Amino acid sequence: MNQLLWLPPHDDIGAALSAAKRETDPTTRLTQAIRLAGYRRDFTQTARIDRLANDALSDDPNPPGLTPLRVALLSSHTLDQLLPAIRVAGLQRRLALSMYLAPYGMYRQALLMDDPALNAFAPQVVVLALDARDAPLQLPLQASQAEVDVAIATRIEELRLLWRRARERYAAQVIQQTLVPVDPLLFGAFEAQVPASPYALIDRLNAAIREAARVDGVLLMDLAWQAAQGLYGSGLADPTRWHQAKQLVGPELSPLYGDQLARILAASVGLSRKCLVLDLDNTLWGGVIGDDGVEGITLGQGSPTGEAFLAFQRYAALLAARGIILAVCSKNNLDVAEAAFNHPEMALRRADIAAFVANWDDKAGNLRRIAEMLDIGLDSLVFVDDNPAERDIVRRELPQVAVPELPDDVADYPARIAAAGYFEAVAFTADDTGRTRSYAQNAERKAALDQATDMEGYLQGLQMTLTAAPIGAAELPRAAQLINKTNQFNLTTQRYGEAEVQRIADDARGVALALRLTDKFGDNGLIGVLLARPNPAVAADALFIDSWLMSCRVLGRGVEDASLQVLIDAAIAAGYTTLIGEYRPTGRNGMVAEHYPRLGFSLYSAPQGAVPGATFWRYDLAASRPTTHHIEVIRT
Amino acid sequence: MTEADVYAALTPVFHDVFDDDSIVLSPETTADQIEGWDSQTHVILIVAAEQRFGIKFRTAELESLKNVGHFASLIQQKVH
Repeated sequence: MNQLLWLPPHDDIGAALSAAKRETDPTTRLTQAIRLAGYRRDFTQTARIDRLANDALSDDPNPPGLTPLRVALLSSHTLDQLLPAIRVAGLQRRLALSMYLAPYGMYRQALLMDDPALNAFAPQVVVLALDARDAPLQLPLQASQAEVDVAIATRIEELRLLWRRARERYAAQVIQQTLVPVDPLLFGAFEAQVPASPYALIDRLNAAIREAARVDGVLLMDLAWQAAQGLYGSGLADPTRWHQAKQLVGPELSPLYGDQLARILAASVGLSRKCLVLDLDNTLWGGVIGDDGVEGITLGQGSPTGEAFLAFQRYAALLAARGIILAVCSKNNLDVAEAAFNHPEMALRRADIAAFVANWDDKAGNLRRIAEMLDIGLDSLVFVDDNPAERDIVRRELPQVAVPELPDDVADYPARIAAAGYFEAVAFTADDTGRTRSYAQNAERKAALDQATDMEGYLQGLQMTLTAAPIGAAELPRAAQLINKTNQFNLTTQRYGEAEVQRIADDARGVALALRLTDKFGDNGLIGVLLARPNPAVAADALFIDSWLMSCRVLGRGVEDASLQVLIDAAIAAGYTTLIGEYRPTGRNGMVAEHYPRLGFSLYSAPQGAVPGATFWRYDLAASRPTTHHIEVIRT
Repeated sequence: MTEADVYAALTPVFHDVFDDDSIVLSPETTADQIEGWDSQTHVILIVAAEQRFGIKFRTAELESLKNVGHFASLIQQKVH
């Protein structure tokens, strides 16, 4: 079965693997492993890539460029055969995964009996991979719907207990796998109408799992749904493999399964991509706008090809509606390219595009420009271009940018982009829906800045208001989302799930603030999070700033100065005399290296056990002289 | 497919699965003689061979595999 079709094929991956294996330096082998993980690969090739990477990762589980993550797999079936492909998919999605695998069938014991090995591992993510053959609901076939519902409610309560344990003991994010129906039909098409038929039971249980997961903040690995979509072909739950080795997912499907799991893991630590960059000619419409003119391009009702392009535009528009930023990168004259958006059948409007670059420069350079315009990393971009040569050049020049291999027919573009899982979400909040507008507003702000002769006048003219609210239920999902995806303006890059943020917010001696910013151009949404609590390891009586992070969209506007003012007031109100801040360099947060000294903090000795390279900073509240800014502050 | 053809095609499968290009197969080769050939990699080897030759082994056949010679002759019977 062909898997990972969005990844480009390699000319001779076997030879490349053998060559990489001969490299003596483990770090070089790891670099090669990461590179080769980005190509289409079958399960034996994937396992060889895993072996290439393992030496370097066991020497240094925190290599540059990869986010380390400890994942415990607790299952009711055998998963050993999937581990290499999960790790390799992790590399491809910029994760260095350490995995703990409980003996199969021992998932309850592992969580309920305080398994010492699991305790020592201290998982950040717990994956519960269950299957339909595990502890079947004991019901006679003639059981009523009411009896079925009682049995399912009992099973859901048991699952929720396991989820709770994982969160309370480890503050771990839980990922629950749905159950793939495996039993052959007893009643044929009538199956679903018999409440206690094997199929109806599993179907109902999955629906209940999805609902409970939504309420409890558990993420889903929805294998049942993926199986129903035919994602794994007929290879899931092969009876031979089950009888032979208790495998639900055979080794041949491990590259796909590994990627399905790794993309959720990557999303949970903020590594999903943020921006879809689109080529224009023969990507968004048929034909060449510069040659054919607005009337001459193929788009919209009336021709099958035109409808296919329109369907792709509609998919892009829906991605924008859920918070993916859209950009254009095209070889065209700017005015000609923009004029195409006046075509009556166009589903995307010019205003949907947050960064529009059309010129005759090379696309790699233009993609850099787009990342700068939007204040996001190149590793947040997905570049879609029908031209294989352009794709190839961008992959070579900018390996950080994801460039999906595309099918020949534009009708298949939406499914291919979706299958690649670039934009895996772990939450969906009101701020997401306004993102396109917010980036468009930012472009206006930039234009206003270009026109303003002095910075102070510009900032004053923005009429900014910062609203600081204690993090409560309403702010929790968005706050956790920001905590997990902010890399640049982030002093400590601590990653917390909702459960852990809640725990900090509930600490009576702590301060947990969600910061929102509005200005005359509109609402920037939740743009910052401040978490502070006493930390006896650092200083006995001080308020320790555990996390300070901010969206880069509002950089350079004095928000950090206004935020400090909020924090100072909250700390004094809580009876503190001192603030202590920490800066942990990560390779991506260099922009905040001078954050504390700039705000008037003085260097403070690093406590025992501090992260190597971390610096600590002290602020005397009695002698505080807040810096000036142009932001009105509101506390709620 | 001759016996030689089967060995010629099966050898690279072993090379890939055990990540060792120096493996030379003979009919007498058993799991003990190849590093890393355990119950886990056995399933992987079976699946890799199924994919390479476009065949499927029956559950019972998987229980009785003794050595590479047995494995190869089973493959030869299944490939037409």
